[in-house]
Amino acid sequence: MPKRTDLQNILILGSGPIVIGQACEFDYSGTQAVRALREEGYRVVLVNSNPATIMTDPELADRTYIEPLTAEWVERVIERERPDALLPTMGGQTAINIAMELEQAGVLERYEVELIGANARSISMCEDREEFTLAMRRIGLEVPAGGVAGSIAQARELVAGTGYPAIIRPGFTLGGTGGGIAYNAAEFEDLVRRGLDASPITQVLIDRSVIGWKEYELEVVRDASDNVIVVCSIENFDPMGIHTGDSITVAPAQTLTDVEYQRMRDAAIAVIREIGVEAGGCNIQFAVNPEDGELLVVEMNPRVSRSSALASKATGFPIARVGAKLAVGFVLSELPNDITRTTPASFEPVLDYVVTKFPRFAFEKFPETDGVLGVQMQAVGETMAIGRTFRASWQKGLRGLEVGRAGWTAGKSLADDGLEGDDRATLLAALRIPTAERPFQLRRALEAVLRGGAGDPAQSAPGDSGAGTSPGRGGGAGAELPLTLDDIFRATGIDPWFLDQLMQVIEDEQEYANVAEVTPAHLRAMKRDGFSDRQLAALRGETEAEVRARRHARDIRPTYNVVDTCAGEFPAATPYYYSSYEDEDESDPSDRDKILILGSGPNRIGQGIEFDYCCVQAVLALREAGYETIMVNSNPETVSTDFDVSDKLYFEPLTLEDVLEIVEREQPIGVVVQLGGQTPLSLAQGLADAGAPILGTPVDAIDRAEDRERFERLCRRIGAAVPPNGVATSVEEAVKVGRRVGYPVLVRPSYVLGGRAMHIVYDEASLRSYFVRAVEAAPEHPVLIDRFLEDAFEADVDALSDGTDVVIGGIMQHIEEAGIHSGDSACVLPAYLLTGAELEEIRELTRRFALELGVVGVMNVQYAIRGGRVYVLEVNPRASRTVPFVGKATGVPLARLAARVMAGERLADLNVPGEPSVPGVAVKEAVFPFNRFDVDVLLGPEMRSTGEVMGFDDSFGMAFAKAQTSAGNHLPQGGGTLIITVNDSDKPTVTPLARRFHDLGFRILATAGTCAYLNRLGVPAERIFKVNEGRPDIVDMIVSGRAQLLVNTPLGKKSQYDDFTMRRAAITNGVPYLTTMSAMTAACDAVIALRSRVPEVRSLQDRLAPPGNGAPAGAAVPADLVAAGQDPRG
Amino acid sequence: MIQTSQRAEACLLLEDGRRFDGFFLGKRGQTLGEIVFNTAMTGYQEILTDPSYTGQLVTMTYPLIGNYGVNDADQESSRPAAAGFVVREVARAHSSWRADAGLEDYLVRHGVVGIQSVDTRAVTRHIRAAGAMRAAIADARADEKALLERIRAHPRMEGLDLACGVSTPERYVVEPKDRTRFRVFAYDLGVKANSPRLLAERGCEVTVVPADTPAEEIARERPDGLFVSNGPGDPAAVEMAIETIRRCAREGVPVFGICLGHQLIARAFGAETFKLPFGHHGANHPVRNLELGTVEITSQNHGFAVRGGDGDEIPGAPELRLTHVNLYDGTVEGMAHRSLPVFCVQYHPEAAPGPHDSRYLFDDFVSLMEASG
Repeated sequence: MPKRTDLQNILILGSGPIVIGQACEFDYSGTQAVRALREEGYRVVLVNSNPATIMTDPELADRTYIEPLTAEWVERVIERERPDALLPTMGGQTAINIAMELEQAGVLERYEVELIGANARSISMCEDREEFTLAMRRIGLEVPAGGVAGSIAQARELVAGTGYPAIIRPGFTLGGTGGGIAYNAAEFEDLVRRGLDASPITQVLIDRSVIGWKEYELEVVRDASDNVIVVCSIENFDPMGIHTGDSITVAPAQTLTDVEYQRMRDAAIAVIREIGVEAGGCNIQFAVNPEDGELLVVEMNPRVSRSSALASKATGFPIARVGAKLAVGFVLSELPNDITRTTPASFEPVLDYVVTKFPRFAFEKFPETDGVLGVQMQAVGETMAIGRTFRASWQKGLRGLEVGRAGWTAGKSLADDGLEGDDRATLLAALRIPTAERPFQLRRALEAVLRGGAGDPAQSAPGDSGAGTSPGRGGGAGAELPLTLDDIFRATGIDPWFLDQLMQVIEDEQEYANVAEVTPAHLRAMKRDGFSDRQLAALRGETEAEVRARRHARDIRPTYNVVDTCAGEFPAATPYYYSSYEDEDESDPSDRDKILILGSGPNRIGQGIEFDYCCVQAVLALREAGYETIMVNSNPETVSTDFDVSDKLYFEPLTLEDVLEIVEREQPIGVVVQLGGQTPLSLAQGLADAGAPILGTPVDAIDRAEDRERFERLCRRIGAAVPPNGVATSVEEAVKVGRRVGYPVLVRPSYVLGGRAMHIVYDEASLRSYFVRAVEAAPEHPVLIDRFLEDAFEADVDALSDGTDVVIGGIMQHIEEAGIHSGDSACVLPAYLLTGAELEEIRELTRRFALELGVVGVMNVQYAIRGGRVYVLEVNPRASRTVPFVGKATGVPLARLAARVMAGERLADLNVPGEPSVPGVAVKEAVFPFNRFDVDVLLGPEMRSTGEVMGFDDSFGMAFAKAQTSAGNHLPQGGGTLIITVNDSDKPTVTPLARRFHDLGFRILATAGTCAYLNRLGVPAERIFKVNEGRPDIVDMIVSGRAQLLVNTPLGKKSQYDDFTMRRAAITNGVPYLTTMSAMTAACDAVIALRSRVPEVRSLQDRLAPPGNGAPAGAAVPADLVAAGQDPRG
Repeated sequence: MIQTSQRAEACLLLEDGRRFDGFFLGKRGQTLGEIVFNTAMTGYQEILTDPSYTGQLVTMTYPLIGNYGVNDADQESSRPAAAGFVVREVARAHSSWRADAGLEDYLVRHGVVGIQSVDTRAVTRHIRAAGAMRAAIADARADEKALLERIRAHPRMEGLDLACGVSTPERYVVEPKDRTRFRVFAYDLGVKANSPRLLAERGCEVTVVPADTPAEEIARERPDGLFVSNGPGDPAAVEMAIETIRRCAREGVPVFGICLGHQLIARAFGAETFKLPFGHHGANHPVRNLELGTVEITSQNHGFAVRGGDGDEIPGAPELRLTHVNLYDGTVEGMAHRSLPVFCVQYHPEAAPGPHDSRYLFDDFVSLMEASG
């Protein structure tokens, strides 16, 4: 069937900000879908609130709306654009939920919008657990479901049938939010209550526990003629009980016989038919009993997903792209396989390699959490590795994870691996509780099995062995049972095949470490098995450079194989490679001028989609400029690892060894390291030392900006003021510095990303305790101490330079005051509260930094402004997190221009305005994972946000309101009750704000001190109890839904716990909360805007159109006037 | 464990002189045959025991083989049929509740010579470019020149009747699951166990007969249907079944052929068969059913094919029409007689290993027997 001609105009929804469970995989999918549909001549309208995405690049869709992803706002887009169809399957659960809301509210019918790709009936059948269970039984399949409960009482009845442990999963939530495993009745009731709250339909599913069963996923695609294919099978290394997003997963399935695999395939096909996914992809999860093969269907997602992105990268089959085409009527056999180009898409990919995906966690950012993995996803990113064997891909994956391991190596100490000992009991106890350290604990356990199991008695706690004389075999530890593989299997549920594979790695290591002389054949065999040079060096007390030199002398080099969907049966046209140590190399470098772009590896807090955006922009710009672009990255979620984005893709870990080998094979004229965040930047020196041509800013500039003393010298030379500061390599030194610069101080370890372990310390005692809790100071890693500028404004500047000219991309002013990490702070462009003189100084300093450092490309500078004085906080000679935001707000693609400049072009020739103007006001707001981690929500210098949204409008108030809505903070538009409880220093500031809210019709409740203060100054407020002062207290009001907004600034140590419970209550109950005065001011503006203005949506294309071309008034406001804080619309 | 420090002990030598070194797998020794590759990611035991692989050295493109061991239920014939086995890596330990033994022990027990630690992707790419050819697995120290001579003296697949060699020496009966609805005679040219099993599940009593059973003998039994199995070798060399096919067809007995059976039906009605450059061996080939317009993902294992023509015509066999076509290379995948109840497919609807998309063909065969009964 050819494509449908009755549709012309198609609406696609993105997935909004990056949150845990919904990351860049939906930028990847959405971008493919937009391209696929435009290719077929459809007009595509896109809505996504996330400015850091490639999909919202104004060149991609016909009309791009950076507007809140809520049914209400999407309806406004529908009203304006009148699309014929809505494709809801590309934007994760967010898009599915909005589509369902629009359907149920009759909006789609009213505007005659057809749902394509998935229909409302099949969506609700997947989401409604009861319906799903019935559907599965109709086709003779079983589910682990005990049933669905809408109340605690119903849940109690169900658990009587399933028994403990029971799995509680709320209906219609993302990534298992609010779910958990209950081992007893108390835990059960607690989880059910939380689950009912978390579920938008107040439903929880109580599942029979299949913890420890094998877990599989199939990625299935169906077309409108009922042809079904299975694109990929995935076997979870971690069994049932750990969310698949938190599991190590392997493709294809490794331990299923064909009989079992075909049974699963038949089941998957029956499921997709019964659920009725008409045209598109879906993901089906299965649990298999390792004892007898019993097969259960766990769930199905009728849309693209994180797993489908992984499957696409693992097989070379672009599921989203194909899904989009199927949704408009094509059938599989009409579409080409984009990799071979000669065969059709109606086939099942076969792999001749093994793919392993590792999740990346951020528990170090949330030290209050226990870090135990369960049914609710907690990973913030992932890395994927392709190897010819499981062991090679396993080692590569752990390198690519970028957690400081050279592969599958043990930590320096047991504590690094989350262990207190390596005796049998300790190891098994640790393995029973899955955490991020599990792979390393497994290693320690397998080593113990090889040792004979008892563990090294010397490592046991003193006193363990009774007399404690000699730690010999006769001691207490020697009496222990030996640890066996079977013990490990029982503790973890990890299939024995995997355990044996891992055991081989350790055996091979020991053999290598102990041979008298390493033969070339032996070295080659170890490389073939995936060991890195660093690992091999450590095994024999050598350096990485020595191993590399010996390897190169023997010509033991990686070969590059193609991901071709067909295991070599047909020639592949698309150059998508992974490394191996085989007989034949397929990479075939061309003789064109090549530029290598290094990506940013797995997403983590502080380094996410923004950098992938920059890399992709660079690829596009350099391709346009005629270079052959070569991308290196290991993150399967991203657009950059889509095989048709760059001319050539190497799916490889970003380590010095892996990148250098590619450089030597390809001989590029340049390597781009400044766009992928800290990952490539940290490789720059090593690459340069090995002779790789680094493009743009000299490598030494990184050190000049990072090294404290050199940075001081740089600032002095330029005439930039820095806050008083010092460096300490011991606690005593720190105390001295503290006395000299004065408190409060900002302390942090040098060379950190995203404000790791960064704190504001108010007195000497806290400074001392910081060293105990947070960092170990030593000469090789000094701690930086800066005077903290209270009540200062912060500004972020992104700038471009070619070494001669400097372009200020944008000066963003933070909404929260100094002290909150720039990644967590809301910010606004243009900066309307800074004076003309301040802005001029910022521009001038930025120019001087750029020229002095020799920046060629992009850079970011952070300033603090207090009392008319501008201080420099940080200079980063690389792309920053805000580059895409500035690009969307001004229409000037900084990353693209940076790439062109790095390749040698001049800014003067690239037609860039001196300082681009913003057609309106753009507000960026951060989004936090506080609904998943039971931690305090107060912001600080350590970054904890996972993503961001953008609000773009003509006025600040409206832009801020949109940003808040997009971030999920629903400001009370119609008035209601406002609770205020602030510290003494904020009382003067809060008073006029409280008055404004009162005038807007809000009822004001305040705690004793605040209330008295307000009343004294004539602001009507009623008193409310703090927690423990009497009932009903603040938490009661929040929980019972009688408060619409909470304003709380930290009240000091003694009330910390009350503050914490109050803020947690707000999070859990979805009450918006404000923890700074500046945020409260902005919220007030936003409420006024929401009331007084007609909410309006406008596409990026319309907004950024040149003046005189139907452009909005905002664009005509001269940049300097706006920037000078005289914005008449303010 | 991975013989990291050892020198290669076995080699795979191709008739054009291309050599790959590795380590012995299974029996240590020498074996010759036609080298082919199979792209299925599961089902190595079914592949090894598929009699159609007689005389062939099978290269598995999936690099990890043996992960789930071997078991009695997954035997497609009583013993491995492949002449040799080429893999990248064999699992040291296996894991499956269905397993009875490890693959390596199984190969040793059955005397199958194999080689491991070979870059099987390089082997595959070589065969893809140069075509299927004769090859040997041998000791790495063997005299290469002498070995090449032996390889080049080894008979080519073309013109080889291998079916008789693998066929059952005596007839046997596979009982139906419930009551007998139809009596089917099945020519065993190298039949896989799953074909009679699927017929038995559909109420057929299946009498499996040797490849040299004369047409007379079958006609005397007045079967309700004739099934012509898959099998190894060149269809041009297999004569006996062709007469039976013609005779049954003329008498209105429904005939269903698979793989070699399909090629013999083609020849029975005048079509030609030819050797493909490197054959189809895998479990992921898309085949279009021209009547329904649907696409099936099929299990494939054949080195020869029926020559196709324009539209639905089969050159030389005006009575036959094309029903199924391979979407990879457009080759003939299925045919039916224009007036008689005769049909056949080149691929393997019995799967084992592979997808079950084409099981309906067994139902179609039963329907034909119903209609003519």
